[in-house]
Amino acid sequence: MTSDASPSINGAARVTTGKVRPHQTQNESLVFEKSSPGKRGYKLPPLDVPAIDIKALLGSAAREMPAALPELSEIEIIRHFTRLSTWNYAIDLGMYPLGSCTMKYNPRVNEFVARIEGLADAHPYRPDSLAQGALEVIDLLQRCLIEITGMDAITLQPAAGAHGEFTGILLVRAWHESNGNARRKIIIPDSAHGTNPATAAICGYTVENLKSNADGGIDLDALERQVDDETAALMLTNPSTLGVFENQIHKIADILHAKGALLYMDGANMNALVGKVRPGDFGVDVMHLNLHKTFSTPHGGGGPGSGPVACKAFLEPFLPTPVLVRREIEVNSPAPESWETVGDDQPAPLFRAPVAEPNSAEDPRKEHVTLCWDYDRPKSVGRVRAFYGNTGMFIRALAYILANGPDGLRQTTEDAVLNANYIRAKLEDLYELPYKTPSMHEVVFSDKRQAALGVKTGDIAKRLIDYGFHPYTVSFPLIVHGALMIEPTESESLEELDLFISAMRSIAKEVEESPDLVKSAPHSTRVSRLDEVQAARKPILRWRG
Amino acid sequence: MPYPANYRYTREHEWIELNGSVGTVGITDYAQNSLGDIVYVDVPKVGDTVTANATFGSVESVKAVSDLYSPVSGTVTATNEELKTAPDKINENAHGTWIIKVELSNPAEFNALLDAAAYESFISEETNS
Repeated sequence: MTSDASPSINGAARVTTGKVRPHQTQNESLVFEKSSPGKRGYKLPPLDVPAIDIKALLGSAAREMPAALPELSEIEIIRHFTRLSTWNYAIDLGMYPLGSCTMKYNPRVNEFVARIEGLADAHPYRPDSLAQGALEVIDLLQRCLIEITGMDAITLQPAAGAHGEFTGILLVRAWHESNGNARRKIIIPDSAHGTNPATAAICGYTVENLKSNADGGIDLDALERQVDDETAALMLTNPSTLGVFENQIHKIADILHAKGALLYMDGANMNALVGKVRPGDFGVDVMHLNLHKTFSTPHGGGGPGSGPVACKAFLEPFLPTPVLVRREIEVNSPAPESWETVGDDQPAPLFRAPVAEPNSAEDPRKEHVTLCWDYDRPKSVGRVRAFYGNTGMFIRALAYILANGPDGLRQTTEDAVLNANYIRAKLEDLYELPYKTPSMHEVVFSDKRQAALGVKTGDIAKRLIDYGFHPYTVSFPLIVHGALMIEPTESESLEELDLFISAMRSIAKEVEESPDLVKSAPHSTRVSRLDEVQAARKPILRWRG
Repeated sequence: MPYPANYRYTREHEWIELNGSVGTVGITDYAQNSLGDIVYVDVPKVGDTVTANATFGSVESVKAVSDLYSPVSGTVTATNEELKTAPDKINENAHGTWIIKVELSNPAEFNALLDAAAYESFISEETNS
């Protein structure tokens, strides 16, 4: 499936000296190919207990032949995985302008906080009374996200954005069902993320497409005609996938609410809104966030992701179980186990539930407040994730929010929008801008001028790799033919943005002077163009066929 | 590639040819060209009902997954088995490669579709917009 560039680079390396070249350009064989009989990465002391007869113990389950595991020394395996790790393109290596993905820097302070003993070691089966620190982190993050979104309630369970959509639409469905009719359809604009229609379909709804108007926004008249008594919700991304803010959003909400339909917001582009406007204030009923986009937790490479769902109060009874609640402990009841041992002369535990101000004059019982999980939720849509969600991401996102503070988050939003508009201003003389409406945190060009010379968006993206950048998002959104979707995020400095802009300008010049150079890119990687078509039509799923 | 005069077309880029009460449905050359290399076609089962202007399946290319919209209402009488192993037939010859056959329940729907000239002017507008 690889092009002919692969064997030649590999072959050349072998033929010349066998000396190691920079690993981005060098192929690495599989551990099985490096294996040699008898090599070990460990040495055990001689057996000083009676040997066990495995066959007698396991019977027919005992292996006849040893497993065909690769045999390597410790340094070989260390080198193998270290070399593989150098193939990664990561935000720590350079700009990652993948539009719609918000590939922002993952601050090191997040990692520091997530490794604090007590948080890092917290076990999900630990009783609530012994997990007050971790629960306090979850509670504070919930309150921060509710404040940022302007909603009333939240669940942190969903493990990613699409999972959040699924959970959000389950809430919509449960609410409609509680009113006696689940309704039949969900309306989705043609600029939406592909996950939106998939979510609607898997929740049992038919999808109705809504065409964008000339500015790339919602056509209010068309929406008015389309919304009816069978419409469960509109799933809307704001700003849209064109990076355009939906100015009529409150009117859109009014049209839906007049027919008893709900407004779902895909929060993928929340990085353009944080600290500036709140979806809860412009009519959104339920939405998801992506902690791995907007709130700087790792994105890609296993993340893991996290897609909290925030909703208005009327949807709260349907939230996945369990939900975190504060309960007051009566003073006469036995203190929680964890507190019994903490006397006056002992240091207080590192994390401790906040103790409510004693107000004994009015109510002597209200002395302690404790956080605990409430499972008694008869209207809940049920669990959507084991335990409480990807808790490690909650710690990182909270660290990001607290490190920035309200003003810092607002500045982040402004910088993200400024960076996208800087790129737009510096490139719009060379690349076609299909929608002239003001850009928010990302800018979408088209390859119209380059395509006239036979070079498409995918070619330009691949050439960008030679300049040391991760490609932008290619061919999305679908309403722009040959889209180049660029989202720099606030992480990039003016210097890095200028490097990117000069790379894009240089490629535009190459398209005019030597288009074949761009059409055959990348030229600096171990392998060049993979045969994507054959890989999809006739995939080879086994090593060596 | 010419757009056959005996076919009718949708604004979603499907074509249909009518033989008696059975319509043969495929996607247009313009559609296959926009999608790029097609790798998978998802079709309904024989006996399923399809509704005019509603999705009846999808076509997946290297670039995107796109819904298929039925030009007419009716019952599916056959699906093109060849597309399971050779979806690229659509790229090679879009107007000669059918996807499903439909027994029309409302033949008037056929006459309401675009003819070849109207479809060609529709796609030239779409290309220039």
